[in-house]
Amino acid sequence: MKRCFERLFNGLIKENPTFVLMLGMCPTLAVTTSAFNGFGMGLSTTAVLIMSNLMISALRKVIPNGVRMPAFIVIVASFVTIVQLVLKAYVPALDKSLGVFIPLIVVNCIILGRAEAYASKNPVLPSIFDGIGMGLGFTGALTIIGAVRELLGSGAIFGYQILSEKVFTPISIFILAPGAFFVLAILTALQNKFKAPSATNIEGEKLACNSHCATCVGRQSCINHQLVEKQKQEIAERERQEKLKKAEELKKAAAAKKGGNE
Amino acid sequence: MEILKTIFITLITTTLINNVVLSQFLGLCPFLGVSKSTKSAGGMGGAVIFVITISSLLASLSYTFILKPLGLEFLQTIAFIVIIAALVQFVEMFLKKKIPSLYNALGVYLPLITTNCAVLGVAINNVTNFNNGDFSPLQTILMSVLTGFGTAVGFAISIIILAGIREKIQFNDIPESFKGMPITLITAGLMAIAFFGFKVFI
Repeated sequence: MKRCFERLFNGLIKENPTFVLMLGMCPTLAVTTSAFNGFGMGLSTTAVLIMSNLMISALRKVIPNGVRMPAFIVIVASFVTIVQLVLKAYVPALDKSLGVFIPLIVVNCIILGRAEAYASKNPVLPSIFDGIGMGLGFTGALTIIGAVRELLGSGAIFGYQILSEKVFTPISIFILAPGAFFVLAILTALQNKFKAPSATNIEGEKLACNSHCATCVGRQSCINHQLVEKQKQEIAERERQEKLKKAEELKKAAAAKKGGNE
Repeated sequence: MEILKTIFITLITTTLINNVVLSQFLGLCPFLGVSKSTKSAGGMGGAVIFVITISSLLASLSYTFILKPLGLEFLQTIAFIVIIAALVQFVEMFLKKKIPSLYNALGVYLPLITTNCAVLGVAINNVTNFNNGDFSPLQTILMSVLTGFGTAVGFAISIIILAGIREKIQFNDIPESFKGMPITLITAGLMAIAFFGFKVFI
């Protein structure tokens, strides 16, 4: 059970797919025009992620290694189709505003990434919790980005007017396409500023999704994870060195003092 | 004349007005990742034009003649992703064997496109836009290919522009925290504002 909670924490905070691993950028930028859209997209992805993790983990000993990628893609695509039909039937408004991005969950790096990195190697129960954790982490991130954009762009959150038009003129660019780029740029710049380990500020040039959804499928989330770990280690190592240096200086100073006294 | 007009309007709409990256947010990963130099951006753009044009043809063919008559429209996502993955593999093998010069130019970028969301996105958009009863099967297929081509050209244009800007940016004085990814994203945002200007055409 402890392992399951560890997976939840891991997905929500430690390896948050959006803020730390920077996976699945296309839906992150495209559907976060409002908090509700972000929330809906996050939950749809979570549903697909949980079910595909469950299925892939259950079939992990049946699927031959050579054809595992096509098999994963077909499994994920089936669940995406189910989710799409359910949304069409019960939440048509959401289906309309998310549009083509619902079927595009298939090529979302997070899903195939988790399938390859976790579900295909671990038992069913932890895999389900891994799906829940990662999915909720993604949902939370999309909701937050959506809320920021909606607040700046129309002065509302979840459709409730918070800032009245008298005190705040909405900056409508934030709910249009360019606003998405600006919000993400500022988020990444803040992460750089505070040296928070994230996949974007690793080598300055590389985006975590490492350029192309294709290679990202599978290996990428492991690579991102390694990059983040490496960066953490480097920071720790640097701090240790500084401490040692300081200690040595203190020692020297103390010795000099002693010498002077004698 | 009417036909030429339709072709012209479709091309302008798909390349500039509804630019695939800057206003629809499809294919962002290669857009941000492979845009460090204009040369690789050009290669990527070429490969995307090639693959999207063929894949929109195949996708709309299979939808019109297989899925629709059998009443299996809901299987489109599964069918398209399998078609695209197979197509990319096939194109790669074909080019390697038959047209090595083209393979050398585009080869490295081909496998990267398999799960590029733009390819699947265009195929799905075509199916939803051109199957509402206004078009005959032949028109549907022709429009899909045209839209696919236009979209891919739009992708190529924007990735090459971004790469050009990024090559210049390297020599500029940028605040420490904005170096790397953030400044690229801001550039992309400014480009998106510029492309907004094309909206007045309609």
